[in-house]
Amino acid sequence: MALAGSDAPDTVKILIAGGFGVGKTTMVGSVSEIVPLRTEEPLTTAGLDVDDLDGIEQKRSTTVALDFGRITIADDLVLYLFGTPGQQRFWFMWNDLALGALGAVVLVDVRRPRSSFAAIDFFERRDIPFVVAANGFHGEHPYPVEDIREALALPEAVPVLLCDARERASCRDVLIALIDLLIAEAAPVGR
Amino acid sequence: MSGGDPAGRLVRPFTLTGGRTRPSRADFTLITTVTAVDPQPETLTRPQPEHTRILRQCAEPVAVAELAARLDLPVSVVVILLCDLLEAGRITVRPPCPVTRTTPDLNLLQKVRDGLGRL
Repeated sequence: MALAGSDAPDTVKILIAGGFGVGKTTMVGSVSEIVPLRTEEPLTTAGLDVDDLDGIEQKRSTTVALDFGRITIADDLVLYLFGTPGQQRFWFMWNDLALGALGAVVLVDVRRPRSSFAAIDFFERRDIPFVVAANGFHGEHPYPVEDIREALALPEAVPVLLCDARERASCRDVLIALIDLLIAEAAPVGR
Repeated sequence: MSGGDPAGRLVRPFTLTGGRTRPSRADFTLITTVTAVDPQPETLTRPQPEHTRILRQCAEPVAVAELAARLDLPVSVVVILLCDLLEAGRITVRPPCPVTRTTPDLNLLQKVRDGLGRL
């Protein structure tokens, strides 16, 4: 394969996951240097290959949207943030997305933590490092971190933070917490 | 995500790929960076309009996901077209940083941390 010269930057990615409407795109937008971009994928599952051909023109095409942003870390390194599709029925896309990711942020709406259970399960099962960020709507945090940890049955090893997805500094701190977790896990001593 | 085609495309996406729905090679990820070769190789066959659109967008290095968003095409379609361009020697490809749990790259992580700290 023809490889690009030194002018193309290295790229890494972090996933921003969580339930539907929990603030994923807001978070991506808060820290991204570009307005979050969206790509739409037509849904292709094994079944679609053998779909009936009758009336195919009338069939409503179904797509799954993927929002993402970019942070230039250095001249030669770019970080991409991908918001995972919120609806659980699109979980199959997460596998592709998770491949090669540094780790993930699971956003939680403490008023309805249940909506982020699937995301937590996904990363726990695949042993993908993640932090949990409780997005306080209107910047309010009615529950302390320990209550959130307990409600989500999270082990001590998983960092839980309070955040405001609308605030750049707050989102940056969540991302730094994830990188600190990765660095701690990578350190040859400790743990 | 409304029904129909909000982009008002005149052709359905996979018509651009000649009906192909799978890429000929699997090395394009969402954050693989592609760059148009400059100058472009002299060939008898001229690139198709969609190929030309891509080449214009990747005069500077650009990630596949970003390219797809700019072109308003599904990533899966863009990847098939990129395979054509790669095979024609019209683009170069840079894969993303390999990430493994077993041998994490501490220098890379520290660099990301430093960069985030400057935000």
